Amino acid sequence: MSHVTKINLTDTRPSHWPERLIKALLLASSLVAVLVTVGIVFSLLFEAVRFFKIIPIQAFLFGLEWNPQTAIRADQIGAKGEFGAVPLITGTLLISTIAMFVATPLGLASSIYLAEYAGPRTRAIVKPLLELLAGIPTVVYGFFAALMIAPLIRLTGTSLGLEVASESALAAGLAMGVMIVPLISSLSDDAINAVPQSLRDASYGLGATQAETIKKVVLPAALPGIAGGLLLATSTAIGETMIVVMAAGLAANITANPLEAVTTITVQIVTLLTGDQEFDSAKTLSAFALGLLLFTLTLLLNIAAQKIVNHYRERYD
Amino acid sequence: MTDHFTKMTPELKRRLRNEQWFQWMGRGAIFVAIAFLLVMVSTIASMGVGALRQTHIELSVFLDPQKLDATRLHDADYGRLIKKALRSRFANVTKRRDKRKLYNLVSSQAEYTLRDLVVRSPSLRGQTINIWFTASDDVDMLIKGNIASSTDETQRRIDHREASWINDLISKGQLESRFNSRFFWSGDSREPELAGILSAFVGSLFSLLVCFGLSFPLGIFAAIYLEEFAPKNRWSAFIEVNINNLAAVPSIVFGLLGLAVFLNAFGLPRSSPLVGGMVLALMTLPTIIIASRAALRAVPPSIREAALGIGASPIQTVFHHVAPLALPGMLTGAIVGMARALGETAPLLMIGMVAFVADVPNSIFEPATALPVQIFLWADSPERAFLEKTSAAIIVLLCFLIVMNLAAILLRRKFEQRY
Repeated sequence: MSHVTKINLTDTRPSHWPERLIKALLLASSLVAVLVTVGIVFSLLFEAVRFFKIIPIQAFLFGLEWNPQTAIRADQIGAKGEFGAVPLITGTLLISTIAMFVATPLGLASSIYLAEYAGPRTRAIVKPLLELLAGIPTVVYGFFAALMIAPLIRLTGTSLGLEVASESALAAGLAMGVMIVPLISSLSDDAINAVPQSLRDASYGLGATQAETIKKVVLPAALPGIAGGLLLATSTAIGETMIVVMAAGLAANITANPLEAVTTITVQIVTLLTGDQEFDSAKTLSAFALGLLLFTLTLLLNIAAQKIVNHYRERYD
Repeated sequence: MTDHFTKMTPELKRRLRNEQWFQWMGRGAIFVAIAFLLVMVSTIASMGVGALRQTHIELSVFLDPQKLDATRLHDADYGRLIKKALRSRFANVTKRRDKRKLYNLVSSQAEYTLRDLVVRSPSLRGQTINIWFTASDDVDMLIKGNIASSTDETQRRIDHREASWINDLISKGQLESRFNSRFFWSGDSREPELAGILSAFVGSLFSLLVCFGLSFPLGIFAAIYLEEFAPKNRWSAFIEVNINNLAAVPSIVFGLLGLAVFLNAFGLPRSSPLVGGMVLALMTLPTIIIASRAALRAVPPSIREAALGIGASPIQTVFHHVAPLALPGMLTGAIVGMARALGETAPLLMIGMVAFVADVPNSIFEPATALPVQIFLWADSPERAFLEKTSAAIIVLLCFLIVMNLAAILLRRKFEQRY
């Protein structure tokens, strides 16, 4: 009988080496995501630090002039170029703000209607259409903005006696706003659907109309989710590239006038890195400093969004 | 009591009116968003259909045996033969400037068309043959009505003399609009009438293959680890937060990573679909992980318990039972991720996939471009004829995206299981 007790099934299984190998492989795969983040941070930091050795970081962050160029002659005036990121930041914020002004009312109103009023059949038609809007590549929005929206705005503006730049911030902002609508709409939809029916029923029981219930009960309850969604949408707007590359300009202006041309962080990254590049010039390296700025901005917004959603979420059971 | 009700009426009316207003706001918002979608797509589609047709011009060319050395048919000057054919077709054109305009009626490709024909059948030498040549983009634009005759003649690409030649060709039946197969079967070109999307399409295809080959296995393995094996500790939570943040990183930042790491540190070939696919893979990885985790979570615990109960190891349980059931959901997520990768432009600009690529790439190591990048490049071109090419390329891209998304929806429907 003694030889029987030696067989121990439970012990042979976990120590089986292929099992452990596969598990290690699975773990390694999940670590790739971490590796990518580390790669992004380090590659941006590494190149940005090289840039800050040439241009001091405060000159980059607080400088008011953006005029990157490489010197042809050493004694040339402004040979070092000017690398103040402030006009790019204000330009990015201007276009993102316009986009959010377009997208927030549209996205919120459509999600409220879809979640609270629309019947299943309307939902089945409208939701995929809105998702289609999200699925259209941004290069298409950019093309449409540059080709149709910008001339239309210019035409309307000049007929009203306003001075409109041919690559106005408004055109890019409008197209970007429509692009973001489905993002806001679907995130708010989730937040609204997470509000328990009992809250609505209680409100109806007190005699409130459906609109009053939504405004006074459902929206406040869904607010953390909606706010988180809005922050994520802002982060998307700030990081959006193709629309602004095609529809916004290259002129680094500090302005709050949506009819003027502004440039953004992403536009400048693309402009700096397409075409000939020498890898040691401040001009090329500045793109990585801008990338680091962009990454930090969007990361902060994403973290804020997650914090809001997790901390202020009302729990209903 | 009735008195009480009549007193309430104005207030109640106002509230009900607000209710109506509120509903109409929602309908209005949906209407605006969908109207924008429809206007955008239909505008682009109406501009793009023109690219499906291309104007051709018939010329009778005398294949002068004195100009065509039978032993060196490849090197003969076919352009001269075509110019001569044009001169004899419009014998009344004598001035030098007018002649130059005359030569511009046909595309610069015409001499190669003729060369290929003669090289294929050398017996044509000495004969006069009628051939259809691709017309130049200016002629094509005029035929398609894209050059308004109201604009000042000096501003127009085609003046009234050229227009009269074209009218003459039309009246003799020597000008035809045909299906433009070249748009689908040739690469990019500086001449709009010769430009096609094949090179960009193949570039996109190669990039997507690399992207899928990397991100799908990595994505599902990561999802399996996180969902089935990861201990509930801070380390796992860190990985999870990391993946969620990665999903929201702007795509251009992935391009910067690709430039700094894949190109400059690893020295991989610039502009190649290999690097493009790798960058896109990193970008789609979070999407696939998140979708795959949701698919795994949807598999009920009873399946796992049953497998473990009859003696399967944890790895066997997952790979023989849980993962196969979750596979349709994982594939759906992967297709959605691929569709997004197909439309992505910005990271590809960073790694140099914006180069002018006329030849169809043969491997993932050769310089290539991608469909959305081609759209971006054409949108930047000044020629009027590129406008319709851009629009047509957008329509092709949108068709592919719709097909991919439909495939994802069908897959989900077909394999959707309720436990």
